[in-house]
Amino acid sequence: MDAVLESIPAYLTGFRVTLYLTVVSGALSLVLGTVLAAFRVSPLRSLRTIAAALVEAGRNTPLTLVFVFFVFILPGMGIVLPLGTLPAVIALTVYTSAFVCEAVRSGINAVGVGQAEAARAIGLGTVSTLWLVVLPQALRSVVPPLINVLIALTKNTSVAAGFAVVELTATGRGLARDYPADVVAVLLGVALFYLLITIPAGAVAGWVERRVVFTR
Amino acid sequence: MPGAGTGAPLVELRGVNKHFGSLHALRDIDLSVEAGEVVVIIGPSGSGKSTLCRTINRLETIDEGTILVDGRPLPAEGRALARLRSDVGMVFQSFNLFAHRTVLDNVTLGPIKVRRVRPGEARDEAMALLERVGVADQAGKMPAQLSGGQQQRVAIARALAMHPKVMLFDEPTSALDPEMINEVLDVMVGLARDGMTMLVVTHEMGFARKAADRVVFMSDGAVVEEATPEEFFTAARSDRARDFLSKVLAH
Ligand SMILES: Nc1ncnc2c1ncn2[C@@H]1O[C@H](COP(=O)(O)OP(=O)(O)O)[C@@H](O)[C@H]1O
Ligand SMILES: [Mg+2]
Repeated sequence: MDAVLESIPAYLTGFRVTLYLTVVSGALSLVLGTVLAAFRVSPLRSLRTIAAALVEAGRNTPLTLVFVFFVFILPGMGIVLPLGTLPAVIALTVYTSAFVCEAVRSGINAVGVGQAEAARAIGLGTVSTLWLVVLPQALRSVVPPLINVLIALTKNTSVAAGFAVVELTATGRGLARDYPADVVAVLLGVALFYLLITIPAGAVAGWVERRVVFTR
Repeated sequence: MPGAGTGAPLVELRGVNKHFGSLHALRDIDLSVEAGEVVVIIGPSGSGKSTLCRTINRLETIDEGTILVDGRPLPAEGRALARLRSDVGMVFQSFNLFAHRTVLDNVTLGPIKVRRVRPGEARDEAMALLERVGVADQAGKMPAQLSGGQQQRVAIARALAMHPKVMLFDEPTSALDPEMINEVLDVMVGLARDGMTMLVVTHEMGFARKAADRVVFMSDGAVVEEATPEEFFTAARSDRARDFLSKVLAH
């Protein structure tokens, strides 16, 4: 127990990196995933194909491989990214966007086609139809699966520990080495800090869900 | 026939063909609607009436033929197509009001976002339109709080707010309980009297007799017969039309 208390400053440093990876990759994934979903329902076949290919690649590639690609292979091909958290943010965003896209797309599909047809019939273009009519209604069914995606992202940030980013899991590994007698307590401490992100996320999801349903 | 035969037609279809896979949904359709004319399309279920309606604002593409609105061919896509659609009002069988917006916002959305009308001005005009269709007192409610007949009248106001050159109605009363049908038909008769150009898919003979200049009978994707309402309902020429009418009138 002492080991955990003594290590709180170290935990906090790791936690800040994990929180940073989660929030930044999460925000970027929401934007990129929504854009990909818009591509997937667009009338242009080329956009649909590109988005479908990216999504399938993201969904079917293990996250570690995505990291390997951005940390080792891209620099090998002459595209050098600055070290630190940037390659991790890119890898997490690319991977998570695919899941965001699928969640948003299923929400879009849950909105009746009549809504989009009525929007087009008064002269709204494709983007306005999506933005003003379809997406606001898709939101209601999209929030719960999106929160699940973001919770998965929180845990997925731990993969960065294997690629020279000292976030929560890497911190825990270091502490376990320093306090070999208290490995279990030290790792429970790590798990607790992850819950600090995922439990509020779940609560926010519940709140948003109730709000969206009420305004119907 | 008020308006008929004056100038170029407002809507003109020439040799239009449309397939859904192996199904020939529209067969060599030639049809024109003059400015101010009210045309009723009638025919058995599955004969292509909705498809025909939807091709006119290109919610459905066609395989062959030409469609002209106000003398201009339908644009294929993009801004030009959106502009055309804003000139062609459409009323759907299932109303399709925007479920997440109030009645008033349903009517002002098009004018504000498409026509760039100032919000205050759009609001005033929307209230006047809602008054005209008799639902001004519901302006602040969500669509789901209204009866079917009220929703359909809001949908008509939403289409009118764009100042369309022509209005398409696809079975506007068939999703309604019987006691609400007349409140919608009355609004449509009023529109017809005011000179709106209308293409109406409906089986309401009362409306056809009261407001239509012409009845077009469709069967299996083709226009089989065109006549005045009186001619059509009392002395249809084709066997298929007589057969259809005997079934509908039996009810
Ligand atoms: N999107 C579609 N895909 C395939 N078949 C369709 C589609 N829309 C309509 N059809 C078919 O085309 C025919 C005409 O349909 P429709 O125009 O809806 O007829 P109506 O409105 O006269 O009842 C029907 O056989 C219908 O099943
Ligand atoms: Mg139909």
